[in-house]
Amino acid sequence: MLSADRLRQDSGESRQSDAKAELLRRGEHVMTVCNACRYCEAYCPVFQAMENRTAFATGDMLYLANLCHNCGECLYACQYAPPHEFGINVPRVMAEIRASSYEEYCWPGFMSSAFRRNGVAASLLLAVASMLFLWPFVQSWAITGDFYGVIPHDAMVGVFGLVGLFVVVALAIGVKRAWRSYIAPTYIVSAFRRTDGPAKAGTDGPAKAGRYVRAVQDALTLRHLHASGADCTSDIEQRSPWRRWFHHCTYYGFLLCFASTSIAAIYHVVFGWRAPYAYSSAPVVLGTLGGLGLMAGPLGLLALRHRRDPQMTDPAQRGLDESFIVMLCMTSVTGLLLLGLRERPAMPALLIVHLGFVLGLFLTLPYGKFVHGLYRMAALLRFSAEAHR
Amino acid sequence: MTEPVPAPAPFEGAVDVAVLGGGNAGLCAALTARQSGASVIVIEGAPKEFRGGNSRHTRNLRSMHDRPTDLLVDAYTEDEFLTDLLRVTGGCTNETLARRVVRDSADCPAWIRAFGARLQPPLKGTLHLDRTNVFFLGGGKALMNSYYAAAERLGVRVLYDAGVEGLEIQDGCFKCVRVRMNGRLWSIAARAVVLAAGGFESNLEWLREIWGAAADNFIVRGTPYNTGKVLSLMLDHGAQPVGDPTQFHCVAIDARAPKFDGGIVTRLDCVSLGIVVNRDGERFYDEGEDFWPKRYAIWGRLVAQQPDQIAYSIVDAKARGLFMPSVFPPIDAHSIRELADRLRLSADTLERTVTAFNRAVQPGHFDHAVLDDCRTHGVSPEKTHWARTLDTPPFWAYPLRPGVTFTYLGLKVDERARVWMSNGHPAVNILAAGEIMAGNILGQGYVAGVGMTIGTVFGRIAGAEAARHAVG
Repeated sequence: MLSADRLRQDSGESRQSDAKAELLRRGEHVMTVCNACRYCEAYCPVFQAMENRTAFATGDMLYLANLCHNCGECLYACQYAPPHEFGINVPRVMAEIRASSYEEYCWPGFMSSAFRRNGVAASLLLAVASMLFLWPFVQSWAITGDFYGVIPHDAMVGVFGLVGLFVVVALAIGVKRAWRSYIAPTYIVSAFRRTDGPAKAGTDGPAKAGRYVRAVQDALTLRHLHASGADCTSDIEQRSPWRRWFHHCTYYGFLLCFASTSIAAIYHVVFGWRAPYAYSSAPVVLGTLGGLGLMAGPLGLLALRHRRDPQMTDPAQRGLDESFIVMLCMTSVTGLLLLGLRERPAMPALLIVHLGFVLGLFLTLPYGKFVHGLYRMAALLRFSAEAHR
Repeated sequence: MTEPVPAPAPFEGAVDVAVLGGGNAGLCAALTARQSGASVIVIEGAPKEFRGGNSRHTRNLRSMHDRPTDLLVDAYTEDEFLTDLLRVTGGCTNETLARRVVRDSADCPAWIRAFGARLQPPLKGTLHLDRTNVFFLGGGKALMNSYYAAAERLGVRVLYDAGVEGLEIQDGCFKCVRVRMNGRLWSIAARAVVLAAGGFESNLEWLREIWGAAADNFIVRGTPYNTGKVLSLMLDHGAQPVGDPTQFHCVAIDARAPKFDGGIVTRLDCVSLGIVVNRDGERFYDEGEDFWPKRYAIWGRLVAQQPDQIAYSIVDAKARGLFMPSVFPPIDAHSIRELADRLRLSADTLERTVTAFNRAVQPGHFDHAVLDDCRTHGVSPEKTHWARTLDTPPFWAYPLRPGVTFTYLGLKVDERARVWMSNGHPAVNILAAGEIMAGNILGQGYVAGVGMTIGTVFGRIAGAEAARHAVG
């Protein structure tokens, strides 16, 4: 009787000992079985992208892994799922390949495994270190409601500016590496450039741009978490919208907080309006709404994670997944506390704690789950480009 | 044999309806009976992970409709469906029951959806079914999951890993079923029973009794749990059989498939693109005779009749990309001789076969979508369509074996799904649904998705009838 192992051996691929190659081979085996079955075709883009292929090289696997939303519909529907001897578990193998791709793209490389296993502890430690780092910048412990009275504006801008720059560079290098490995520039660039002549150029341009607008819309609405009409499954035959809603809370909460900070910076730099701002002002209102979203979203996601079917998730990535959630949550909790207690004696200490978490969050962005936003978006863009070729 | 012990807490009290078999037909019967107010227990032979019988490998259901629906285009009328059934069975069907299946198939999609199962238009590559068959989103196992979840919500009790060992029947009246579970024998009494335990295709011993040593080379495409136990118990109790006891539906599948449960991914669809040779390196049938449905259905039998029940489908580089990828990689070689070596065939014979075939190929316009004019002249057997020379390396070969899908032997039933006994009367409270009675309608042949239609329609009839008998 032929087992899954035998099946893989027969594929004639040269035997490679290293774990990453083995993981990719496992992915290739899974996709080969899926591509001969295709029952899951209507579930999500992974299977539609798969059907455009007859072979699954490294770049294909990284692309498909970053398209997968780890919902589990295909696992429960699979006639070859474990304990069947083919042992097909798409969400699990995709999760593992995805994590391995994050490590591969990560810069600097040595940081890649730092957050994998003990991500939550490492992130919290980094936050505490950031607090200690910020301590010497304190110029006054007086309670005036003015944060810049505690830490001078220039110091804050200096520290966060440098960290921000580092984060942007690290993320950009990651995207560049992902671009080389699976986004396959030819797809995206050619889809914009390819025109059959001047007459068509005028009409093709917008149409092509439109398909990328669609990919962005899909990302912003998380369409693929309810792609087949109903919500994705959360367990066998249990559909639930909560994963989607908590993600929305997190994502849009993050954006609102970002908007709040940006507006405050404009107030300060352009108009010379000094904090603290009124409770009804734009920075406070946006920051409060965003903070609430960033509290509800991550807490919800964390709760859902613990109820997920362990078959589908890779326990080795717990740190990677959870550190980002925990840091987001702590940032918003301390931010809201700071807002509520800004006239109280605890304010300066709370400010240091909050800024420590923000700094820690920033520093860990390139090494945690945050990067999925970039890599998944890239995969969706490529999917749109492919779908219209 | 262990002495039956009284049932423990899980099945205390009288059960109205016992359903033997937890595939599509069994679940349709259980859900219907439960909705009619009966208490229901489903006795499934497989463990939970492999529940659902052969239904877990299916993907669609044939359904008549007079006008386009949200899933199906045009119309597929009662007469057309019935004509298709009469054609594939060669008239070997009970027309009354066949018409009942066809008529009731119209309502199946809506009924299925009512339990939360999701349907979709045909998968890519199956567009020839877009008028006739609705597809299960995610396939048959997803459908079974929906049914089991609905059964749980409605309070249907399900026993897994529970093999039927005996039936107590007195004067055509079912009393109780003996079930082996957790290493013990339990006795479960019910007012009515629905037999939905499938055929005997995974009972290798039974197949060997009929087919001799050849059966050892058969591969069972579906569940290993269709042992035919319930079927044989009923025949021993004097139920009237229906269908040819020696026949089964079988297709040519990749010889490297697992012995059981390989399902859809082991199918091969490149026969028409090249030649097929047997163990002796000789061609034995017109590979270009017909399109997929017919080709698919006859090649299993053709391979079963070859020495050692093995054959090899050989194509060259021109066929690449023209057929569905198989789960197993092709055996490839740069010359016919090398290919013969890799297949352990006689290189001289295979080369002679290919040369003779190539020489006989006539010029034509190759078109795989129609019965084209590419044919051979002067070789035996001729290839009547899609004949192109095998001359462009790399050459690819796939080994073929007969893959058994289902058996035709079943229990004779009437329009109310009642099982008929040899005394010429229907049993009082014994109903049958699914593959165990499909032979009434499918005496021979097969048409895509009709097994699920028969299971759904007769499952519902049997469930309603059982509930009527049990709770009035």
